[in-house]
Amino acid sequence: MIQPATTEQRYTLTPTAEGLIETQTLEVSIGPQHPSTHGVFRMDVVLDGETVVKLKPVMGYLHRNHEQLAEKMAWLGSMPFTDRLDYFCSMTNNWAYALSVEKLAGIKVPERAEYIRVIMAELTRLVNHTCLVGFLLQDLGAWGTPMMYAFREREKILDLFETVSGARMMCNYMRFGGCRVDMTEADLETARQITAKFPRFLDEFEKLLSENEILVARSQRVGIVSKELAINASLSGPMARASGVEYDIRKVDKYGIYDRFDFRVPIGEVGDVFDRYYVRVLEMRESIKILQQALKDVPKGDFINPTVKLRNFKIPAGDGYGRIEAPKGELGFYLVSDGGTNPYRYHVRPPSFINLTILEDMCLGQKVADVIIILGSIDIVLGEVDR
Amino acid sequence: MDTIEQLKDAALQAVAGAQIEITGAGAVEPGLVVDREHMFAVAKFFRDDERYAMDYCSCVTAVDFLAKQTKKKVKQPDPKDPTKTVDKEVVEDTPAYMEVVYHLYSIAKRQGPIKLRVRTEREVEKCRVPSLTPLWRGCEFQEREAYDLYGITFEGHPDLRRILMWDEFKDYPMRKDYQPPLDYEWEPTPHDHTLDRAKQIQGITPPSALTEEKK
Repeated sequence: MIQPATTEQRYTLTPTAEGLIETQTLEVSIGPQHPSTHGVFRMDVVLDGETVVKLKPVMGYLHRNHEQLAEKMAWLGSMPFTDRLDYFCSMTNNWAYALSVEKLAGIKVPERAEYIRVIMAELTRLVNHTCLVGFLLQDLGAWGTPMMYAFREREKILDLFETVSGARMMCNYMRFGGCRVDMTEADLETARQITAKFPRFLDEFEKLLSENEILVARSQRVGIVSKELAINASLSGPMARASGVEYDIRKVDKYGIYDRFDFRVPIGEVGDVFDRYYVRVLEMRESIKILQQALKDVPKGDFINPTVKLRNFKIPAGDGYGRIEAPKGELGFYLVSDGGTNPYRYHVRPPSFINLTILEDMCLGQKVADVIIILGSIDIVLGEVDR
Repeated sequence: MDTIEQLKDAALQAVAGAQIEITGAGAVEPGLVVDREHMFAVAKFFRDDERYAMDYCSCVTAVDFLAKQTKKKVKQPDPKDPTKTVDKEVVEDTPAYMEVVYHLYSIAKRQGPIKLRVRTEREVEKCRVPSLTPLWRGCEFQEREAYDLYGITFEGHPDLRRILMWDEFKDYPMRKDYQPPLDYEWEPTPHDHTLDRAKQIQGITPPSALTEEKK
């Protein structure tokens, strides 16, 4: 139950030229059905004039107990359901789950599969970040245009996903020990073309946005998170890096074959909304670098480890935590096996849910219109927040 | 990073009186089980100690373990013929417990994870562990989630409310013995197991008459 504002919060005495007058704070419920909450998400906001004095996020409208569903089905059975967590980035969700199971069961992944996974994950990052920038601008009031530009580019990548996996968004592509189907030479050629053309789109996008006076005025010095708070509050991904935390799991854990690629980790200085926007733009440029290197020499060979059983797949008893750098942050799966055909415990560490922890801290003292763009800059997807 | 034995020794040295056990030795990720009273101090030690500097609490979750009986075969001398041995079945009882798992990483030192576990009774009234939210702000929502889905009370949590389920919800749905309420999904023409359960609720069929599959 959300505590209603106290009398002290509700009534404040505002000094005017005539003396003190009694003013009243206003309680506003933003959401759950609101275009700028990015889904069914609600914020109980207490406003003093236009300034936020209290904000409590309310979630769970999309809760379907994904974890319990997964505990009741076979290990592979929950792979399609991981698509529905963060429905923008189904490829990385698949990879995170496959990686955790591979770690726990000790499965080796063939070289070609690792390359395909990197290609798919980086394309997913491009999809997520372009869309996010589009949505953020939508939240700022730039109705339609930037989002449609972003969606135009996104569709090109989603077309490739559809050709390879059969579905645009719910790809269900990774398997334990590899991928479900192989990428043909034609698919790789399409990926190369997308990669070659993407920087031009980014240049155009940035020309429109990065120096845009309205974007700069609205987003700079808004919703600042300090480096210490970012680490302490377990922020991850571009959110943490915008605050100056130099931590990228691709660099730290070197999972998959990320140690073979040359790329840099962009970090922000101030930790405001603009930095979060710009870190993502820079990350897209780094993703293109990785893609160019990965697509240059995709080795021939198996796309899935042929020794992994599909039916009656069992994992020796034990527990393990696997994590990857998903576009939204650290996506981890904590799995406990009792040796049976289904997980004993299956826990998702959703990045956008944990990035929401300090939403109130970011919004206190800001104007109510800024709350919308601060929420937009966190990059939440409610399928993942509520699970 | 140090081995799990070194971690245990360091924690024992720093926190007097703590009871620490190693779980999953030799497994992919071994962890430390800390007793409830000293959990906060041990976690604080790993956060503040310069060797470890675990400044980033990545993942907090709970695992529910029901009481179980494991049958083991133990070789015993045959009472009839002392030269031979016979297998005797011994039943081992493992009591039920609830476990909270914290995964700690260090951003400053690029190391980790240290897996800390704390165990408690399963009964909702006694299911209490210390909250680590005062140490890591990032635990706030994750501990709320564990409270919501497992009914674990985190002592010292600043704002322990339900987060995913609605406030009026009574039970804790991720517990292994959770039964969804019978009126959860009302069906105008109940059939199959829904009909069985409807009959059971109306007292037409005694519960014992239901087969295991029909439940």
